[in-house]
Amino acid sequence: MENLETLTSSALQAIAKADDAAELDSLRVQYLGKKGSLTEQLKSLGALPAEQRPEAGAAINLAKQQVQDAINQRKVSIESAANSDLLRREAIDITLPGRRQQAGALHPVTRTIERIEDIFAAAGFATVEGPEIEDDYHNFEALNIPDHHPARAMHDTFYFDSKTLLRTHTSTVQVRVMETGRAPIRIIGPGRVYRCDSDLTHTPMFHQVEGLLIDVDVSFADLKGIIEDFLRQFFEADLSVRFRPSYFPFTEPSAEVDVQCVSCRGEGCRVCSQTGWLEILGCGMVHPKVLELSGIDSEKYTGYAFGMGVDRLAMLRYQITDLRLLFENDLRFLQQFS
Amino acid sequence: MKFSENWLREWVNPEISTAELLAQLTMAGLEVDSVMPASKPFSGVVVGEVFSVEKHPDADKLNVCQVNNGKESMQVVCGAANVATGQKVAFAMVGAELGADFRIKKAKLRGVESNGMLCSGEELGLAEKSDGILVLAADAPSGQDLREYLQLDDVLIDVDLTPNRGDCLSIRGLAREVAVLNRLESKAPEITRIPASIPDTFPVELQSPEDCPRYAGRVIRNVDINVPSPVWLQEKLRRSGIRSIDPVVDVTNYVLLELGQPMHAFDLKILQGGIQVRRAQKAEKLLLLDGREIEVGEDTLLIADHEKALALAGIMGGEHSGISNSTQDLFLESAFFNPLIIAGKARAYGMHTDASHRFERGVDFQLPSVAIERATELLLDIVGGDAGPVIVTDAELPAVRTVELRAGRVKSLLGLEIPRDDIENILIRLGLVLKDKTVDSWQFEIPSWRFDIALEVDLIEELARIYGYDKLPISKVNSGGSLTSAPENKISLKQLRRRLNTLGYQEVISYSFVEPGLENKLAAEQSMALTLANPISSDMSVMRRNLWSGLLQTLKHNQNRQQDRVRIFESGLVFSQSEAEIQQEAMLGGLLWGPQLPEHWANSSRNSDFYDIKGDVESLIALSNDGAAFTFEAAEHPALQSGQSARIKRDRHNIGWLGALHPLRQKELDIPGKVFLFELNINELTKAKLTTVNLLSKYPSVRRDLALVVDEGLIYAELELVIRQQAGEYLDDIVLFDVYKGENIGTGKKSLALGLTFQHPSRTLNDEEINEIIDRCIKALQAQFNAELR
Repeated sequence: MENLETLTSSALQAIAKADDAAELDSLRVQYLGKKGSLTEQLKSLGALPAEQRPEAGAAINLAKQQVQDAINQRKVSIESAANSDLLRREAIDITLPGRRQQAGALHPVTRTIERIEDIFAAAGFATVEGPEIEDDYHNFEALNIPDHHPARAMHDTFYFDSKTLLRTHTSTVQVRVMETGRAPIRIIGPGRVYRCDSDLTHTPMFHQVEGLLIDVDVSFADLKGIIEDFLRQFFEADLSVRFRPSYFPFTEPSAEVDVQCVSCRGEGCRVCSQTGWLEILGCGMVHPKVLELSGIDSEKYTGYAFGMGVDRLAMLRYQITDLRLLFENDLRFLQQFS
Repeated sequence: MKFSENWLREWVNPEISTAELLAQLTMAGLEVDSVMPASKPFSGVVVGEVFSVEKHPDADKLNVCQVNNGKESMQVVCGAANVATGQKVAFAMVGAELGADFRIKKAKLRGVESNGMLCSGEELGLAEKSDGILVLAADAPSGQDLREYLQLDDVLIDVDLTPNRGDCLSIRGLAREVAVLNRLESKAPEITRIPASIPDTFPVELQSPEDCPRYAGRVIRNVDINVPSPVWLQEKLRRSGIRSIDPVVDVTNYVLLELGQPMHAFDLKILQGGIQVRRAQKAEKLLLLDGREIEVGEDTLLIADHEKALALAGIMGGEHSGISNSTQDLFLESAFFNPLIIAGKARAYGMHTDASHRFERGVDFQLPSVAIERATELLLDIVGGDAGPVIVTDAELPAVRTVELRAGRVKSLLGLEIPRDDIENILIRLGLVLKDKTVDSWQFEIPSWRFDIALEVDLIEELARIYGYDKLPISKVNSGGSLTSAPENKISLKQLRRRLNTLGYQEVISYSFVEPGLENKLAAEQSMALTLANPISSDMSVMRRNLWSGLLQTLKHNQNRQQDRVRIFESGLVFSQSEAEIQQEAMLGGLLWGPQLPEHWANSSRNSDFYDIKGDVESLIALSNDGAAFTFEAAEHPALQSGQSARIKRDRHNIGWLGALHPLRQKELDIPGKVFLFELNINELTKAKLTTVNLLSKYPSVRRDLALVVDEGLIYAELELVIRQQAGEYLDDIVLFDVYKGENIGTGKKSLALGLTFQHPSRTLNDEEINEIIDRCIKALQAQFNAELR
């Protein structure tokens, strides 16, 4: 048995020294293979008296098991060493910046229009667009602004000829939708509008969103409800909203809507010219003449319309203090909106 | 409309503060635009009386005056030429403060002691420019503080009136409104009829009765035009933003402000025969008060005499017939002109007057005879003279309107039931007359000053306005009872924008009108541009026919700001004209310039090229799920470089362009490096095909690679088409994985390496089948393109 012990301990020593999987495998063959030295020991059992055989057999099997275990352990540790070596070699500086195309962003006006569309879409308002070169009829007459109406002086209109012009407001979209004559109507109409005016606070092109709802039993209370809700959703704040009587030829009653200043919350600041209020949009109940001009029965249907300046909303929302930044398209400005 | 709070309070004086009054006006639809103090803050100035005036012993232009301040006389040296004994003056005593750094001290002027200063209107901020000292009314109480005497602790309020509220363009109109809001009566000053002291009249003919249905006229003789207007009158005008001119003009302006009636005074001596109110004749000329001669259109109403045009009715008087300092006899006009004949005319002649502003909004047609009495009274007080009788000539006055109001409509439109008593009360206080009523409706007669009330909704608006918009109820938003549609046969512009963002493009918004020179060079040849008749400037005068000039300008702007890599896009309408038709198409355009990737430790610094922008366009096209319908055709465009430009088609329709900016344009714009552009028609681009999935084959696919040498000029798309035709239905994919040119394949040649993948849906394809297909392809390519296997 002394032979078995020597054999086992030399096997264990060789295994402990093995450096790689191949060497380990040849050791396995050398000791545990069919003709391996430990396997050979079993063959010598026949030479022992019968009563000693079980004990000697068990000792050999134990030794084989011991060697097999050592091989397994050594295998794991060789693999793990190889693995950590691989990891060490492939380690990189993960703080280096990633490789990518640099994504662009939406223009803040588009971003604002999309938000407005989303807010109103939830209440069933579809987005409709209309032409920007319009005729006098759709921009003025159909909106109850006949020739020489004083309200025309408030629109500095760009003309191509006496009857063809650049729309001065998105209210033209109202007319184009109503002309289809299919009430109920629930739309918003965003887009570019144009007025012949250019200074620190006016650009000759700007953006509006028009809203129109025509249905049975629509009241001023519904108008107040949707505008108030819209402004709170848009500014994500529980702001006070006030409605003031105003005048638009195409709505009656008409209102100008002020929202509590988003900058000072009504305390009075530069943004709101110390008034605490921001004039934010115009609205009203659609004038019965306007409904009739577009072929809608004004006794059966009523409705409301509203129009807001997108550029101003964007400026308030993103604290843009200079209107001109919006159309200079300086990438350093625009890329802040990604 | 600018007015003084004190003047308004003379008419109606609610017990509310100035701030409350301002809020009330704004919330009633008379939006307060600005508020200013009536005068600059000064102190220590009292009413003084000039007892004596003597020449300064050592200075020609100075006088030594004894001025009484109500208690004592003081010696004051005064340089004004108009100082005279007996005058009441604005006396700034020693210690008075006329401004931040202007304190009156005891002084010696050329050796003579002076204890104060006699002030001009200018020095007190009561006039823009003064000629001499301010002379007060003879009955001004000596010693009274000037601020108190002239009621200078007053506030000037500017309300921004909407065009429907012409009735508020006077103190009378504003007072009426404030009275209603505060449930008070407005106290108009008593206007008495001034009896005629002479029988003189001047004939008036209304030759265009619809345009001028009422004309009141009066002769006043022997006036003294050279008397200055009293300070109280000048002050009232000043506080409404009107300059004092002469006493007659001042009085007509005063009546305009007080009552809202524009008036005009003619020099009677100039008038020939009689007044004719008529339309202008062809090419009739008129020299206006402001010195301009205009040719009057036949649609314009004139005041004329028997010989010539005198004035633009309701807008502006003429130069020759107006008051001058030699005028002795006046003819006063106070008329009602139909708003329709005045509307837009002043603007058409390039002016805007207080009269036209009111007449085009509507002036109360009951007012002319009242106003002319008011003006007469004031004139006789100031310039004296003898008045003839008022002659009112009437034609077709506007019919009195009666409007029905239904209780049910009030409720349905406002969402609120206003008590019947309140409805009647509000409308009656506004001056409407209740003519008749039933259980659920009323008939109201509209007062002559309300040109904006003609329909039931107009009455409902008045109710809402006076009741208070803030007190009207608010309903919860109802969402209309149906869900939002989410179509898949259309890509949204939103999706396209997002994809471009992801591809690295920044959205920009540029003006739709652009500089004509550049625009013209960039446009396709067959279209015509639209030009604005009244552009804001010549470099924004023509409507863009494509989006490229805006994108290129944006590139320039950013290049000048040290940007070395620009990827931008814009969406919007482009405009063109063919025959009489105007086209407005929504387009999506993009521009690519500079390195393909941002500067980065691991990136190459390769500049973008045609295939980069083409890839981006393909990426947009892919959203349609209908990529096979799109083709790129080599074609020429004036803006693009020949040989690097392509027309993009969907099926047979042209839907856009793609390519490198023409080298000449690039040079003109001074852009270093190539610029690539695309533009796509949004309507065509956004049509989409619904995805329907193909079942996946369980059998292995087989790939064969081919390297073909062909003529350099061969178009790849043609080659691919032949392969697709020959390869049959099991061809799953073709990938072009290499394009090579080099000496070893011969000059004028190129090598294309393609990978063809085959797959059968229900079995494994065998080598013989694939070989057969490949042979077929090669034979066809040899036959058609003389292609050789490499």
